[in-house]
Formats: sequence, C-alpha cells, structure tokens
Amino acid sequence: MSDVLLRVRDLTKRFTTRGPYRRKNEFTAVDGVSFDVRLGETLAVVGESGCGKSTSARIVAKLMEPTSGTLEFDGEDITHAAGARLARYRAKVQVVFQDPFSSLNPRHTVERILMAPLDYQGIAPKGGRRAHTRELMERVGLDPDHAHRYPAQFSGGQAQRIGIARALAVNPKLVICDEAVSALDVSVQAQIIELLRRLQRESGFSYIFIAHDLAVVRQLAQRVAVMNKGRIVEQGPCEEVFRAPGDPYTKTLLAAIPRINPAWDRRRRAAR
Amino acid sequence: MARYVAGRLAGLVVLLLLVCVFTYLIFFKLSPDPALMICGKTCTPDRVAQIRASLGLDKPFLTQLGDYLSGLVVGRDYGSGPNLVRCPAPCLGYSFQSSQSVTQMIVDRLPVSATVAVGAAVLWLIIGIAAGLLSAVKEGSWWDRTAMGLALGGASIPNYVLALTLQYVLVVKLQILPFPSAVPFSEDPLLWFQSYLMPWLVLATGYACLYARLTRANVIDTLAQNFMRTARSKGLSPALTMRRHALRPALTPIVTIFGMDFAALLGGALITETVFGLNGIGKMAADSIAKNDQPVIMAVTLLAAFFVMAGNVVVDLLYTGLDPRVRVS
Amino acid sequence: MSELLVVEDLTVTFPTSRGPVDVVKDVSFAVGRNETVGIVGESGSGKSMTSLAVMGLLPPGATTRGSIRLDGAELLGRPDREMRRVRGEQASMIFQDPLSSLNPYYTVGLQIEEMYRAHRRCSRKEARAVVVEALTQVGIPEPERRAGYYPHQFSGGQRQRVMIAMALVCSPALLIADEPTTALDVTVQAQILGLLAGLQRETGTGMVFVTHDLAVISSIATRVLVMCRGEQVEYGDAEQVFAAPRHDYTRMLLESIPRIDDEVVL
Ligand SMILES: Nc1ncnc2c1ncn2[C@@H]1O[C@H](COP(=O)(O)OP(=O)(O)OP(=O)(O)O)[C@@H](O)[C@H]1O
Ligand SMILES: Nc1ncnc2c1ncn2[C@@H]1O[C@H](COP(=O)(O)OP(=O)(O)OP(=O)(O)O)[C@@H](O)[C@H]1O
Ligand SMILES: [Mg+2]
Ligand SMILES: [Mg+2]
Repeated sequence: MSDVLLRVRDLTKRFTTRGPYRRKNEFTAVDGVSFDVRLGETLAVVGESGCGKSTSARIVAKLMEPTSGTLEFDGEDITHAAGARLARYRAKVQVVFQDPFSSLNPRHTVERILMAPLDYQGIAPKGGRRAHTRELMERVGLDPDHAHRYPAQFSGGQAQRIGIARALAVNPKLVICDEAVSALDVSVQAQIIELLRRLQRESGFSYIFIAHDLAVVRQLAQRVAVMNKGRIVEQGPCEEVFRAPGDPYTKTLLAAIPRINPAWDRRRRAAR
Repeated sequence: MARYVAGRLAGLVVLLLLVCVFTYLIFFKLSPDPALMICGKTCTPDRVAQIRASLGLDKPFLTQLGDYLSGLVVGRDYGSGPNLVRCPAPCLGYSFQSSQSVTQMIVDRLPVSATVAVGAAVLWLIIGIAAGLLSAVKEGSWWDRTAMGLALGGASIPNYVLALTLQYVLVVKLQILPFPSAVPFSEDPLLWFQSYLMPWLVLATGYACLYARLTRANVIDTLAQNFMRTARSKGLSPALTMRRHALRPALTPIVTIFGMDFAALLGGALITETVFGLNGIGKMAADSIAKNDQPVIMAVTLLAAFFVMAGNVVVDLLYTGLDPRVRVS
Repeated sequence: MSELLVVEDLTVTFPTSRGPVDVVKDVSFAVGRNETVGIVGESGSGKSMTSLAVMGLLPPGATTRGSIRLDGAELLGRPDREMRRVRGEQASMIFQDPLSSLNPYYTVGLQIEEMYRAHRRCSRKEARAVVVEALTQVGIPEPERRAGYYPHQFSGGQRQRVMIAMALVCSPALLIADEPTTALDVTVQAQILGLLAGLQRETGTGMVFVTHDLAVISSIATRVLVMCRGEQVEYGDAEQVFAAPRHDYTRMLLESIPRIDDEVVL
C-alpha cells in the first residue's frame, strides 16, 4: 500500500454566471489540478488571490461538486460519495474556513460550536462537554472562561482560532486550513503553528495548508504547490521550490515578500 | 433553471400519485362499505350488489385505483347502457350523499375558501410584519414587551373559541355585523365584506401573532449582522439602511413560510368555515367526514395535498430568486 | 503640526456577566494629513475596537471615555445623525472580515455605488463608471462584469479588495484600514499598498493601518502604536519602535516574526 491519503486528479471547476440579458458566462476557476497528500504530511498551496485555492479546498471537503476530476481518500473513490459514506468522510476531514465569522453560527455559544462535530458523530467527549471545551479553547490560546460567549463577542483572530479548535475537536485525518492563521499576530501564529506540528507528530494529521505567508509555509510544510490562474504551475518539496523556483510566477511571489527595513532590524539586533 | 423547474414538477406529480394511492387505500378499503351506506336501512343483498357494480366496487383493488386515476386524467364512465353517466376529465367521482359531481362541488366552493384565505393573508401579513418590525426596532421598549406578550397569548387561542366569541359579541350582543352569508361581491359589496370580516379576523389573528414574533426575531438577527455596520459606515440614511439592507434579508425567510401557510389555507379552513356557515372547501370537508362521504373526503384530501405540495415548489422557486446564494446555475 | 485625528485616553468598556471589562484602556495617538499610523498588537488586544470607536460604530452596549477629535471637532458623544455626515465622506473604514461585512443579497456593484451616491450628486450611470474604475484600481479582473456579481462569487482576497474599493470611492480625509491585506498574496498586497500610497499623495488622506504584518507596517507607517490586552504598550516613530523597542512585548513580537532565510531567496 502506498502512504497516499488523498489523491486528487484533474480537478476542474467551471462556474456559470448570468450577466445582463441572461447571457451565460463561464469561468474556469480550477483547471485540471492534480496533487497527492501523503499520510502525516503538510501540503501547502500558495498562489495569487483568486487563483482557485479555496475552490479546490471546498471541492476536496465535498462542499461543492467538481465539474470533472476525481478524489480518492484512503484508497476509496469519494468523488460522488453520498449518504453514510459521505458522513464517514466528513468525520475524517475538517476545514478551517477563510472567513471566520461567516463559518460560525452567530446564535450558538462557543461551547456549542466546538461540540458540534462531536455531536454530529454522536460521540460524548471524555470528561464531559465543559472540560473538553475548556481544553480545546486553551489549546488555541483562548480564555476558557469565554466558552459561553457568542462569536460576535470575539475579535477576528479569536474567531479564527475558534474555527481551528473546532476542526481539531474530532481527531480528523486531514485538516484543510484555508488561510487559517492569516488574521493572527506573529506570537499567536507561532503558537498555533507549534500546535499543528505537535498534532502532526503525535497523531499523524495531514494538512492542506492554504496560505500567502511564505515564511509560515516554509515553517510548516514539507511540500508546496504553487497555483496561478486555476492551474498548479509548480509543485515539489518546500526547500527545493523556495531555493530554486522553476516557474517565473513563483519567482515573482518570492521576490515580493515584504521585509522589515534591514537597517532598523540590524540596529535592534545589535542593541540586544 | 428550466431543467430544475421541470424536475421539481415531475417530483410533484410523483408525490401526488403516491398520496392518491394511500388515500384511496385508506378511504375505500379500510372504511365501511359505501354500498351498504348508500343502500340505507331497507336493503336487499341484490340491491347492494347492484350498487357495488355500478360504483365499480366489485372489481379488484388495483383496477379500482386505476379507474380512479384514469378518471382524474382522462375522465371515466359510470354504469352502462341507458344509465351511462360520463364524468369528464378531472373526474373525482360523485358524492354518495348528494350524487353531485365532486369536481363541480369543488369548483363551486373554491372561490369561497380562496376569498377567506386571501383576505386573511393580507390582514395577517400587514399586521404581523408591521408589529414585528416595530418591536425589533424598539427592542426592549414597553411597546415591544406588550406586543410580544399579546402575540404569545394570541397565538395560543384556538380558532373555534375566537370564532364563537367574535360571533357572540359582534353579531348577537352588539349587533354590529349581520350573520355571515355567502353573498357574491357583485350583489352586495357591503354585506359581502361584512360576512367575510369575521372569518378573516379569526384566521388572521393566530398567523399575525406568529408572523410578528418571526419578523421581530429575524429583523433583530439581521440588525446584528456585520453588513449592517458596513451600511452605517457608508453614511447612508437610516431609512435606506433599514429598507435596503435589513428588510430583504429579514423578510426572505418569511416569504417561504408564508407560501406554505397560504397554500394550506387554500385547502380549506375547516373550523372557521363551519362556525360561520361559509360554504367553502373546509365546510365541505367537515360535512363529508361527518357523513362518511368517501369520494368527497378523498377529493378534499387530494386537493389539500396538492396545494401544500405546489406551495412548496413555488416557495422553493421563489427562494432561489430571492436569495442570490441559492440561485441554481 | 496640524493633526487630522487626535485620540486621547480612549477607553472602551463592555458590560459582561462578570462586570464591565475594558477592552481598550487609555489609548492615545494622532494621525496627521498625508500620514500613515500603524497599529499592531496581539490578537484580541483591542485594535478593531479602537478603529470602530473612531467611526462611532461600536457594537451596542459598549461605552467610551476619552476624546476623539477629527479636524479639531470632537466625535465622541455626537448623535448618530451627525456622525452620519462624517462617515463615508470624512472618514471611512475597511472592515476586517469581508464576507460577513458585505450584504449577501446585493451585487458588489450596488454596494459600492450606494456609498458614492450617498455623498455625491450624480446619475446612476456616472456612479456605475466610478464603480468599475474603483474595481479596476484594486485589480479585480473583468470589472464591468464582476460589478454584477454577489459577494459569495468572489474569492476571499477579491472580497477584501471590494471592501477597499468601497472605502476609497469617496476619497475620504481619514481612512481606517483594519487588516486590509490579510487575505492577499504578496504580489497583490504590494499593488494595494501602492494604490493607497498613490491616493495619499493625491488627496493627502490620513490613514490608520491595523495589521499584524510588521514588515508591511515598517514599510508604510511613520508612527506605530503597539497594543497588548487593550493597553498601549508603545507609541512612537516607526524607526524608534522597530530599531530600539522599549517594551518587552514589542521586542518579543519582533523576535517571533517567521523568516524566509535570506540566502534561500534569489
Ligand atoms: N460561486 C462562484 N461563482 C462564480 N465565480 C466564483 C464563485 N466562487 C468563486 N468564483 C471565482 O473563482 C475564482 C477562484 O476563487 P477562489 O475562492 O478559489 O480563490 P482563492 O485562490 O481562494 O483566492 P483568495 O486567496 O483570494 O482567497 C475567483 O476568481 C472567483 O471570483
Ligand atoms: N461584544 C463584546 N463583549 C465583550 N467583549 C468583546 C465584545 N466584542 C469584542 N470583545 C473583546 O474585545 C477584545 C478586543 O477585540 P478587538 O476586535 O478590538 O481585537 P483585535 O485587536 O482587533 O484582535 P484581532 O487581531 O484578533 O482582530 C477582545 O478580547 C474581544 O474578546
Ligand atoms: Mg480563498
Ligand atoms: Mg481585529
């Protein structure tokens, strides 16, 4: 058996929209994308805004039907899975969404949100709901005393961490993180990255990590796929792609990373 | 889109067919033999057999069901020879009680039920939504608390209590209104209006209370959304902010619920029509049940099922038009 | 030097089940015309609440103390009717969570257009042209067609750019940008920062730029405010904050920036 957890082949998604006078307009958001995610591995997906990263993620999470292409998870074809098979797949694959507030039910407390994936599977948490919620919140650096607050009472970064905690609540095999740490300051970001790595080490999670912060990608991912205009233009081990980018788009991306004024940085380090 | 509509309509037909089969099974197989009932007290076995034959009750169940269904679609013939009676296309049989064509009975009574439903709907929409909106905007005020308290109480009054009380107070005691009678609008508009006023009020009360609470909850939820903050950040007038940004999201779910409620009412308001003696589908249903008039019971059941299911389809189509996120591509 | 925005001892308090909590405590800063002030800090430290307080858009229940002066005029305690004239025209804001900040029932074209028409006398046609122009500026492909799209039909970064286009459409004197580039890749981010700089040159807009990306702050801000748990831990010239931070929290923040090692990049 190979150790490939998820195999994606020739994924294509075309959106049809209607313009004025009901004219049809087709737009190919994802265009023949293929990639593998191995067991216990992190695949980072980077690329220009609007290049189809979230759309691919939504298809892999089975929240959207692809126009064509196949998905295989653990050796099982799940492209058209439905019913009980889909439910089993959903239990193993969790998503952290890009827009934190829209993915949290505004009428539910944090406790209810965090327990939802467990309730969906009919699992009672060890040590009770309250204790489990507290533990999940502490893991992502949230104040466990806020378990009875509603999403609107949190800041953007805190809401994002609720999403992360929810995804980690059920011991998934694959976690799809769509810009999951983009709203976090560097110190909290470091804490979350450490958490993700620890879970990977201890429980063998695999991640699809969509991000635009290449420094974070480099810290976390073993392999990286670079997307542009719906296609994967380059794919390979992180080190290689970053050291010797083959595609011109990857080069532009690496060159555009903003840096702290080096003179200031040197002075600060010298003063230390 | 066209394909989606076609699919929904096909689904509707299949569902109706299933309802037909089940109601037929229940009303014609499991209830007392209609031939015995029609025959009455002075009955001979011969006479019963004759009636059974003329009604087609001597045939096997599936044949009977097939006849009924084909009667619905292409019409059917009853009896034979000189007694042959032709029942044209949407044939629902003949009432055991009055021997009238059930189709004709429905055609006669539907306008009454429709009038009751439309009038009540207009009333409850206006009152319910206005009260709910005001409560939401003035959340926590004395108006909000009074209105919502009343709504909670109002929704729990049974229709017949309300109907009898109104009738007693307005007609018998105060004599403000005449006793309801089914005059057509063209004959005496005032009497027409007065006759329908009480049924409208009775039906609208419960729904208005429900809709007021629903509207309030939806508007309050919407006002707390982030996009309302964005609308305010643009410096729009409060009226525009409210009208454009809050009302549409808040009222869209109500449109769908309204579609269902209204469709159910078209199938007849049993109690209200009976209390006020209005000759609508509801009263017809009540009478037919009391007298075990099976073809009529069967017909009103089918009609109600049809309205509810058709309402469901219409609501879904409306919803795809109203909420851009569920628009089918 | 005449400051555009002066915030003094701003305190924002929320009532909670455990008594009132100050989510912003005695924060003071100033923004001049043509200047960018950066606000950085821990997640949940009150950056968004400070921004919302300036716009008078705090959630219901929140109370404020202190003083916020725009062009010398006090904003705190002004009735909503008067704040309405400030919003959009004098000050506008880019909100942090674009998807929930856009109304799902209307096309983005309409949502930008209504902002423009609320402050400028013009026909719908003129407003439409302005909308398309604004969408082009922020790099939305096929802007004429995309103006007719609903928010859910955009990608995360595109929605964020729609928010930016919206906030800029009336060329406000003060722009408050709450994490406006978090969903953007570095190339588009550079384009947007260039656009904001250009706008500043043209109209002298003062800008409050909330972000956790310290590199971005170091390249655009002249002054920096560092916040932690609702408190202002450091405020001063960007150069001083980055080169000689006084507070441990700032130092820790600068230390924990993940780096792409210089030698691996060409
Ligand atoms: N429902 C839809 N209808 C039409 N077009 C859509 C729809 N959803 C997404 N798109 C388009 O598909 C393209 C890819 O979107 P996607 O959300 O996958 O981008 P992304 O790579 O996640 O970008 P970002 O980094 O900005 O989030 C975009 O151009 C977007 O406008
Ligand atoms: N309605 C509320 N009631 C009580 N506390 C609230 C409420 N809204 C926000 N808070 C708290 O106020 C604090 C500041 O929130 P704010 O949104 O300003 O943070 P932020 O600095 O913008 O963080 P981020 O970078 O994560 O967006 C947070 O700790 C949050 O939990
Ligand atoms: Mg995305
Ligand atoms: Mg914030």
